[in-house]
Amino acid sequence: MRKSSWKNDIIFIGILAAVCVVIFLIFMLQKSDGSGWVVVTVDGEEYGRYRLSEEQEIEITDADGNVTNWLEISDGKANMTAADCPDKLCVKQGTISRTGENIVCLPNRVVVSVERGKEDGLDAIAQ
Amino acid sequence: MRSRSDEKGKIPTSKKFPARRVAMIGMFVAIALICSYIESLIPINFGVPGIKLGLANLIVLFALYTGSASDAILVSILRILLAGFMFGNMFSIIYSLAGGLLSFLVMWLLKRTKKLRPISVSVAGGMSHNVGQLIVAAIVVENYNILFYIPVLLISGLVTGLVIGVVAQEVLLRLRGIIVKK
Repeated sequence: MRKSSWKNDIIFIGILAAVCVVIFLIFMLQKSDGSGWVVVTVDGEEYGRYRLSEEQEIEITDADGNVTNWLEISDGKANMTAADCPDKLCVKQGTISRTGENIVCLPNRVVVSVERGKEDGLDAIAQ
Repeated sequence: MRSRSDEKGKIPTSKKFPARRVAMIGMFVAIALICSYIESLIPINFGVPGIKLGLANLIVLFALYTGSASDAILVSILRILLAGFMFGNMFSIIYSLAGGLLSFLVMWLLKRTKKLRPISVSVAGGMSHNVGQLIVAAIVVENYNILFYIPVLLISGLVTGLVIGVVAQEVLLRLRGIIVKK
């Protein structure tokens, strides 16, 4: 479009790429300790918290009591095995085990996240 | 819109929306809708919600570079509302609107600096679209843990923005003299 050189663009995109890589590394360097809690929230309210170390299957229900999502915990990993939402993105997201990782089902407003393995739920999410 | 010509036999026109501008905005919205439709057919899935090619952003870029900033924001908002009603739901409209408005703002400001090519503007737009969408999603589901996806979405915005930016730049070059003024 303009006669300016590519210099500005290369610098600009380079900086953005560097920022991406740095943020990515910061997030990915967190290690899984396998002793966390799986916290399920529905509609912003805590639905339940489950030990990552215990093998279990959890049925998540909506306000009317209908089961909307099926969550499985095995080998220290949580996995959404089934959902009634149309896009099934939460099912396709795979397993989570690291602190901060989560599975989100936006249509059902279900969020499953892994939290640090404190003895009690003191660092629970507010709300 | 505000027509002053009440004389008989005259087609109402307006200074703010001359026929050319109305036609261009209409055409851009139509193409953007087709892009949204095509995109809804492509089953790209990286296991993270919100990763899309952003084909419609291509059209917003065209509108920004061939018309004015207000053309581009009109195209962006109309596209999101219409596509949301046809292919999405209320939540997808809210998320898209947040992403669309933030990315428009970023792209418009960057374009105004006149120091960057469309490709850089597109990259910044793609990244800010994803960030805006994720922040609003975090507020809507009231769970700030989903901000964990920010690095993945930033990188996907960078890559898709790059692809869209290359296409936009090449098409704009070839449209010069046809729909691009000056």
